[in-house]
Amino acid sequence: MQVSMTVNGTPVTEEIEGRTLLVHFLRDQLQLTGTHWGCDTSNCGTCVVWLDNEPVKSCTVLAAMAGGHEVRTVEGLEQDGVLDPVQQGFMECHGLQCGFCTPGMMMTARALLDRNPDPSDGEIREAISGQICRCTGYTTIVRSIKWAAATEAAANATPEAAGVSVTAGSAS
Amino acid sequence: MTAVEDRPAGFVNNDEKPVGYGRMLRKEDPRFIRGMGHYVDDIQLPGMLHLAILRAPAAHARLVSIDTTAAAAHPKVKAVVTGAMLAEKGLAWMPTLSNDVQAVLVTDKARFQGQEVAFVVAEDRYAARDALELIEVEWEILTPVMDARQALAPGAPLIRDDLEGKKDNHCFDWQTGDEAATEAVFAKADVVVSEDIVYPRVHPAPMETCGCVADYERVAGKLTLWTTSQAPHAHRTVYALVSGLPEHKIRVIAPDIGGGFGNKVPIYPGYVCAIVASLVVGKPVKWMEDRSENLVSTGFARDYIMRGEIAATKEGKILAIRTNVLADHGAFNGTAAPIKYPAGFFGVFTGSYDLEAAFCKMTAVYTNKAPGGVAYACSFRITEAVYLVERIVDCLAYELKMDPAELRLKNFIQPDQFPYTTKTGWVYDSGNYEPAMRLAMEMAGYADLRKEQAEKRERGELMGIGVSFFTEAVGAGPRKDMDILGLGMADGSELRIHPTGKAVLRVSCMSQGQGHETTYAQIVAEEIGIPPADIQVVNGDTDNTPFGLGTYGSRSTPVSGAAAALVARKVRDKAQIIASGMLEVSVADLEWEKGSFHVKGDPSKSVTIQAIAMRAHGAGDLPEGVEGGLEAQICYNPSNLTYPFGAYICVVDIDPGTAQVKVRSFVAVDDCGTRINPMIIEGQIHGGLTDGVGMALMEMIAFDEDGNCLSSSLMDYLIPTALEVPEWQTGHTVTPSPHHPIGAKGVGESATVGSPPAIVNAVVDALKPFNIRHADMPLTPSRVWETMQGRHRPPV
Repeated sequence: MQVSMTVNGTPVTEEIEGRTLLVHFLRDQLQLTGTHWGCDTSNCGTCVVWLDNEPVKSCTVLAAMAGGHEVRTVEGLEQDGVLDPVQQGFMECHGLQCGFCTPGMMMTARALLDRNPDPSDGEIREAISGQICRCTGYTTIVRSIKWAAATEAAANATPEAAGVSVTAGSAS
Repeated sequence: MTAVEDRPAGFVNNDEKPVGYGRMLRKEDPRFIRGMGHYVDDIQLPGMLHLAILRAPAAHARLVSIDTTAAAAHPKVKAVVTGAMLAEKGLAWMPTLSNDVQAVLVTDKARFQGQEVAFVVAEDRYAARDALELIEVEWEILTPVMDARQALAPGAPLIRDDLEGKKDNHCFDWQTGDEAATEAVFAKADVVVSEDIVYPRVHPAPMETCGCVADYERVAGKLTLWTTSQAPHAHRTVYALVSGLPEHKIRVIAPDIGGGFGNKVPIYPGYVCAIVASLVVGKPVKWMEDRSENLVSTGFARDYIMRGEIAATKEGKILAIRTNVLADHGAFNGTAAPIKYPAGFFGVFTGSYDLEAAFCKMTAVYTNKAPGGVAYACSFRITEAVYLVERIVDCLAYELKMDPAELRLKNFIQPDQFPYTTKTGWVYDSGNYEPAMRLAMEMAGYADLRKEQAEKRERGELMGIGVSFFTEAVGAGPRKDMDILGLGMADGSELRIHPTGKAVLRVSCMSQGQGHETTYAQIVAEEIGIPPADIQVVNGDTDNTPFGLGTYGSRSTPVSGAAAALVARKVRDKAQIIASGMLEVSVADLEWEKGSFHVKGDPSKSVTIQAIAMRAHGAGDLPEGVEGGLEAQICYNPSNLTYPFGAYICVVDIDPGTAQVKVRSFVAVDDCGTRINPMIIEGQIHGGLTDGVGMALMEMIAFDEDGNCLSSSLMDYLIPTALEVPEWQTGHTVTPSPHHPIGAKGVGESATVGSPPAIVNAVVDALKPFNIRHADMPLTPSRVWETMQGRHRPPV
């Protein structure tokens, strides 16, 4: 069957099997391998993407169900070479180690901050509680998301500062 | 001049004297936060096929017949391979890391549920799974051995009838220490306490499961294997020995690894199947296991049933510790441990205490469970050893009615006793235990916590304070004693300085998230004065790195990190000779200050390492006898293990109505010697503490009596989320290792080793009003509830 959707702002139309999972469609067919797969049972959250601004576990969504909808993945977080504050926060606060859960964590974090720009530690922990990280023990993930919230708050308070404090990281 | 004092913008040095840039951000993060990490399952090669494995439905069952006709007829299937077909090529069995053998595919009978039976190679991953359903297998179900306590009972079903002359399920016996001396001390002691302590079977379950892409090029005769491996070089050698392919025609590449924790040390049948498939089909073949396959078939951890005994004076001087262990090794002995150490480094069960005697006797058995044994950040079984000693010391405190922190302080090995030889023969390199314990108590507000607890007990509330103090033994190891399948546990390192003063460091260890690209650049930066940003670190490719045994047992910094420091010093020595020519003075007249050599007494006459690098590669004469270029390679063989240590204090609250344990706070004071990047160290500790919460309260690979694995998905095998763990508090002391070139020790597994006893001790402490002295992990609400009702049972 044929499926059409928008992925990170770009319209795509692809031929798929009806049973194709969204995570496999993104990874194997669109080569967007930043979205990971980790458990089969919706427990680990390494596969979290957005379906129309709502975080979903793409291992339990059929690609066909995303037809006509907008999908956003980790590859869509960086805009015009400027990192999302959430991405910057994960680097600044050591919110990742092996990096495998990170894309899903960041997609959930971005969604949280869009709804609640100043979340408490408890609200952050609740928001990421459907996701598992084996490396960090979560404390630095909470700090990363708080860093992003504070950075965005500061940028909103002084609009001219936006884009200065949030600079693109580069591999050195 | 570029020196390490030139910190990157925004750098905050809030730790005393860290090595080379200290708390710098990680060089690997820019790719990970963009979703541009490169893991095995991200690899797509032209014409690549997918492999799926059919697994045994029962723990013990004879293979009567297997019919692959329908599967082979599937239009998208390229090959179906059974054990019988592998046997024709002599590939049905492979060696394990303990010199046992393990079936690649079942030829005679299945020995654990989930064991590999046959594989399918198909055009896509869905078709491969479809075809598995078309394979018809007839099994004769046999009685399984699921409880290690029954494995040696008369009439127990024989599991390893493949081993010639094998008549029972005995795996090995091992002992250490002095039995008679220990008995003599126990006989005269005022107080003897014994307790049965079980460390249940658990699983590392990294977020990325195991898998590989095998690509055999017929013309070159070369196999390239992208694989989830913590030890690429060791794997290459084993593949050469098993497959008969010459070693120079095998390239093992470990790309980014999504967590390892020991799960990615062994060679699994799936890797061998993928290699065979690529050889047979002539195309690249990908195998990625699913989560259930990961949990039921790959390297488990622990599964030790221990009797701990401790002897002491009535004043609380610990005299001796004795233990008897029944070790469940599963169906094949797949423990990754040096040949001399079949129980890993369990011999450090004497802990951090100055004893008169110690003795351990162990029996290991085969059961119908998956193989493995050394995994889950266990430091070669030190997890079990530390749990035993820290639990039994708490049992002693209970009997003596002493504070558990005070009891530990009273018995520590003293600073002037180092290097300290334990009663089981381990030489602790350095330690200063009391300051770490005092710091943890201060950070936790220990005295106030005890007051709060007393008040809460008056009100019937259940609050517990748990203490543990551990000594780790990491950095295996001296090649005279330690090996994996006969390969010495040394590590190579190669450093090349390019003409413009940039550098590439190639190392034999393999990061699975530890941040080696950052910390190794920092080590070299400290030694040679080139900033970390200018140093590329390469690991995980056997064609492009020197030989070495990889990353596990917290051995990277103690072994490979030492190699990195020493190879940098070797390069610096050569640079000094070249500098002497450039400055026209003798080598002895030069002084090194990070990043440059200058003439003694005249700092204005200096040359930077970058200028020296250009001269080393440029036109013009070099001092007599000096070859061009600026590079070196070494192989580092550690003279001893390193012994990091730490003091942990955990506070729990238990809901008396539901028996739910809540970890309220956790203080971890670690001493890993010289610290390289404190940010990364703390991250490693946080992760290990979370493992500890999982093991102590949630995780267990359980089976029913028929041999069905009851923990085969993340719905049944519970791993902590952000809601089950507190905000971690860390502190540190610094006691450098005397023999490590920069005094560093290793820290990756410290918290996994040290935290379970702190948490269990806290829960048991909370249950003191119920007269509870011990309760076994996992302390789930139902198990805690049963304990409160006086119905505690060890987990099976």
